[in-house]
Amino acid sequence: MTAPIFEAKQVSFSYEAIPALRDLSLSMEAGRSLALVGANGSGKSTLLRLLDALCFPSSGSISFSGNPLTPERLRADGYDLWFRRRVALLFQNPDVQLFNPTVFDEVAFGPLQLGWASTEVIARVNSMLETMVISHLRDRAPYRLSAGEKKRVALASVIVLDPEVLLLDEPTSMLDPRSQSQLIDLVQNWKGTSKTVITSTHQLEIVEDIAERVVVLEQGSVAADGTPSEILSNGELLLRANLVHAHRHKHGDMVHSHPHLHSHARHEH
Amino acid sequence: MRRHDTIAATLLSLTHAFGTALVSEQVARRPGLLQAFDPRVRVIGLFALVLAVILSHRISVIVALFVVAVLLAVLSQVNLKSLAIRVWLMVLLFTSVIALPSVFLTPGDPIVTFPAGALHITAQGVTTAVLLITRVETAVTLTTLLVLTTPWMQILKALRAFRIPQEVVMMLAMTHRYIFLLAETAAQMFESRQSRTVGVIAHSAARHMTTRTGGVLLSKSVELSNDVFLAMQSRGFRGDAKTLSEFRMRSLDYIGLLSFLLVGVVAVWVGRA
Repeated sequence: MTAPIFEAKQVSFSYEAIPALRDLSLSMEAGRSLALVGANGSGKSTLLRLLDALCFPSSGSISFSGNPLTPERLRADGYDLWFRRRVALLFQNPDVQLFNPTVFDEVAFGPLQLGWASTEVIARVNSMLETMVISHLRDRAPYRLSAGEKKRVALASVIVLDPEVLLLDEPTSMLDPRSQSQLIDLVQNWKGTSKTVITSTHQLEIVEDIAERVVVLEQGSVAADGTPSEILSNGELLLRANLVHAHRHKHGDMVHSHPHLHSHARHEH
Repeated sequence: MRRHDTIAATLLSLTHAFGTALVSEQVARRPGLLQAFDPRVRVIGLFALVLAVILSHRISVIVALFVVAVLLAVLSQVNLKSLAIRVWLMVLLFTSVIALPSVFLTPGDPIVTFPAGALHITAQGVTTAVLLITRVETAVTLTTLLVLTTPWMQILKALRAFRIPQEVVMMLAMTHRYIFLLAETAAQMFESRQSRTVGVIAHSAARHMTTRTGGVLLSKSVELSNDVFLAMQSRGFRGDAKTLSEFRMRSLDYIGLLSFLLVGVVAVWVGRA
């Protein structure tokens, strides 16, 4: 059995008095793709920030490759640099992530902070811009881009680091269907077989495309854990977790309702 | 315009400012003389000319520098009509108001005496006013050329090359980056409020609402700055941002720099008091 790359044990976290995660335990294997699904406010983004060591549990523990993720550990012996080289997070709001003057500078920011040589940075950034089909945006200011272009640039700025683990927070939100599909393809092509990708989303229609395992979060706790087909076929669970809505309609004189799920490939009842 | 439309006017001005910023970026991308120089040469060269304008005391020299600025504008594909409206006319209006009293108040040889005999226009007064107006017109034209032909971020990078502390440059860059986002948010908040407002709101209530909107915007900006910091941290930022200097001086840049400095030194020498 593969050793867990992340292990969260009884993790709780609150924003002042508002609890975001409650007693959450989760183990993730290296080289797999996992989707965290849940309604707005279920704790997905908070969990990703904890996994990226941007904040720390108020109780419980999280470890990465067997090393505890604590503020003290991160400060010691350049561990933070070691960790940042291996784990990258794509923020939900690209405006948060795009703070550099130009697209080129944006993609180069991470490699420079992690101490890469200038020549390597230039070569890798140029190559990444080509891979993501954004070379034409090289000298543009990120705030002038469309939502889809911003997401691509933000994704390029983390993938360029070639991390072992990629954390994606709602990567396809605010995107039109075509851009959603392109973004998913870009991530899948990059992932190959060796990378770990953890994606938070409330868009069930992309889950089968992005994950081998699905964890449903409900009010800051794990409500279910299984394969995409197991989770997506559990209408009662999805309805309870606010991931689908009850669809009411008439058959003749009879009114009935059932969970309603839209998908890229199909529209099923 | 009604008084309570002041906020709308402010937001319209902001939108206009975005448009202006966009035009500047378009000019900066055109193939032109100034655009061909390294941004550091543009910053040093044009500031050297501004310094020469300030230090020159002869109108003829300042006018010559103004002609140089116009030539630079033409060779850099800057629209002269736009420059005339946005810069020359505006500067003329504002500077004239400031310069007008000196026409009457500067002691010297009267060239026009008004009937009452108490008010004179003096030759020295006119010279002072013309000197002030030509000096401001030329200095602002040169500064505008720098802004139009060099993207703001390249100016900042050039400042970094002059050993301006990284923190200062980064703060300016971030301000420029997020001021647009926050202004856009403010405009959307205002539109959202307008869409839910019926009839005329009393001035006091409008002021109250504006204050509250300002408070919400401040909270949003604090939250945004926290998130931006986390995003930086996530990509390895540890308090000292490392940047890439892509600037490279070529022979054309050295020729340009020497030319700017030479024109500046000659102007100061010829235009000395």
